[in-house]
Amino acid sequence: MSEEKWRRVDGRAWNELRPIKIESGVLPNADGSAYIEMGRNKIIVAVYGPREMHPKHLAKPDMAVLRCRYHMSPFSTHPRRSPGPSRRDTEIGMVMRYALEPAIFLERFPRASIDVYAEVLQADGGTRCASITAAAVALVDAGIPMRDLVAACAAGKIEGHIILDLNDHEDKYGEADVPVAYMPRLNKVTLLQMDGVLSPDELRRCIELAIEGCQHIYELQREALKRKYEEVVEEVKGDE
Amino acid sequence: MSRLSIIPKLKRRKILDAIASGRRMDGRGLEEYREISVRRGVVEKAEGSAEARIGDTWVVAGVKIEIGEPFEDTPDEGILVCSADFAPVASPTFEPGPPDEASIELARVVDRGIRSSDALGLKDLCLIPGRKVYVVYIDLCILNHAGNLLDAASLAAVAALMEAKKPIYEVRDGKVYPTGEVEPLKLRRLPIAVSMAKIGDVIVLDPTFDEEEVMDTRITVTVDEEGNVCAVQKSGPQGLSVEEIWKAIEIAVNKAPKLREKLEAAL
Amino acid sequence: MSAYFENRAIVVPGDILYEGRIRAGNNTYRMGGRVYATHVGLVEYGRGVVSVIALEAGYMPMVGDIVIGYVVDIDVGQWIVDINAPMNAILKVPDAMEAPFTPELVMTEFLDVGDTIVAKVVDLDRRRTPILSILGGELGRVDEGLIVEMTPSKVPRLIGKKGSMVSMILKETGCRLVIGENGRILIQCADREDEELIVNIIRKIEREAHTTGLTNRVHDYIMRMRGVRNE
Repeated sequence: MSEEKWRRVDGRAWNELRPIKIESGVLPNADGSAYIEMGRNKIIVAVYGPREMHPKHLAKPDMAVLRCRYHMSPFSTHPRRSPGPSRRDTEIGMVMRYALEPAIFLERFPRASIDVYAEVLQADGGTRCASITAAAVALVDAGIPMRDLVAACAAGKIEGHIILDLNDHEDKYGEADVPVAYMPRLNKVTLLQMDGVLSPDELRRCIELAIEGCQHIYELQREALKRKYEEVVEEVKGDE
Repeated sequence: MSRLSIIPKLKRRKILDAIASGRRMDGRGLEEYREISVRRGVVEKAEGSAEARIGDTWVVAGVKIEIGEPFEDTPDEGILVCSADFAPVASPTFEPGPPDEASIELARVVDRGIRSSDALGLKDLCLIPGRKVYVVYIDLCILNHAGNLLDAASLAAVAALMEAKKPIYEVRDGKVYPTGEVEPLKLRRLPIAVSMAKIGDVIVLDPTFDEEEVMDTRITVTVDEEGNVCAVQKSGPQGLSVEEIWKAIEIAVNKAPKLREKLEAAL
Repeated sequence: MSAYFENRAIVVPGDILYEGRIRAGNNTYRMGGRVYATHVGLVEYGRGVVSVIALEAGYMPMVGDIVIGYVVDIDVGQWIVDINAPMNAILKVPDAMEAPFTPELVMTEFLDVGDTIVAKVVDLDRRRTPILSILGGELGRVDEGLIVEMTPSKVPRLIGKKGSMVSMILKETGCRLVIGENGRILIQCADREDEELIVNIIRKIEREAHTTGLTNRVHDYIMRMRGVRNE
């Protein structure tokens, strides 16, 4: 089977991302927020802070503490999932924190907390990556000083083919899944996980492919962040 | 944003003065809703879903339908389960954690309006009496709390039910088999919750977050198509006079048809 | 040595603004031979310096800032004040009244939880906690008016070049404004219509902060709103 003829379950090419829509500043109450659709994933992320840490004993004297909470709405999956936090949610919250922390100037806010809340309204494979991508936009929207953006997507393998951005079906029935988060300007990988089985060479190809995907997502993040302001500039021009 | 749990006195006074003048902080009259929008089908994976916005308040409801065993005391009725999550995305004052009393109250009042009006027709949701019935879950996700969550949650819940489709099962030899087909739930009623705050001597419709911070108490009246009341909840520390209660019911009965139009017009 | 953007282009964190010898100004950082942005905002190439005017940024207290705060708690000999910063500020008794702290002093009689104050940041202590004072001219408890919040990094736009924007607004409306560098603005007007006009002006400035010709547009806006009202 040649790479050209083989098609994925949703008709995408092996190195093609799902359609992605990112919007910044969607929640009036939050200090910063973003909404992302990545294929059928629909996720909203809010950022609160930097603010006084509660409870106080969790504060660090020399830097802010980043806290990430990942949560799936009960109706986000089929069948319905229980509303309480699962072990998976806890782990994803942690890896989100590790993925985002290197990009933030935490040392500028001693004793404060920065809270990132990701709420998954619909899940379709790759929610942790989509959450990280949206969280980076929400952090910028909150005015938190950042070294770089963080973009994330997965690569993997199904039916012997290396593919980019696995959907739910490919995640379930594929041979491997490699979620990657990446700081494009600083050229650093900040999230790397894998499940399944790959040869070292395949794993390397997956990581390289995921980074390519991140580069593309990064451009969409930049556009989303600038769009809000560019629209106002256009509107003001129209008035004159 | 600060995690301010007390409202500054200066702000409190402004809110009270505005209400006393008959024109609220956001320019509304006392018995006026903020802008309302309802959109259906926001989460395709759910059997039904909708979002409702009242001003900056934003609630998403998702309906999931499964098969389960009936309760012993209602062997021939389907089961309705309504829950709410005050997600910490929605307000600087919300903390992650198990549902607190406010979110439980919210879910229960929304549930009561739907249950009392028998909007779902729970008897129609029985497959094998005593053994297999449909279980309809309504989950409410609060995305932004700008006051009057209850009316928004209730609108979102009913809108989600309106478009919800249940899987059709074939009953054979005391067992149920999925047919792969679906059909609409067919709502019998569209209950509408209308909430008001009592602030000083004044009843104000659709309170904002700040108004709820200064209110003496709140009353929610849920009304069906025929103008019958199908749920009431008085919530908050202070009391209401009987006259105030009559007034609240009258306002609710008058306002509900407008909100129902929003539901029916929702795409 | 080269600039990567046009002057006043919108940039986002991580964007490389300049390569070569130049001072890294506000909302930028240097790494290797390059200067990067830390905030979304407008890049400004000045003489020997590159900086970003942030369009989103929280408030970081600096000594000398005038801020508007809410008293949120009372401790022994000090009030805890929310000033819209990453940490609460402290107002000690000697910085609030011309009298020393004694155990007999009933602090709530002077300032209570829920009170609003205009204060000055006079110090940052060893743990970088802002220390406030309300001794002096315009400082102290506020009993009248409306507080509006705006993005702190956009406050300079409300003030304008040499105060041009705020003096135009004051002249046209006759209201009194106290502008807190922490993004809280106290509005005191004779009537509610003017108060609401000012709120809308602040919203407009906040939304259009990154555009040019803003003072003129705000002036036109005031004239237009006046016209509508007088009709």
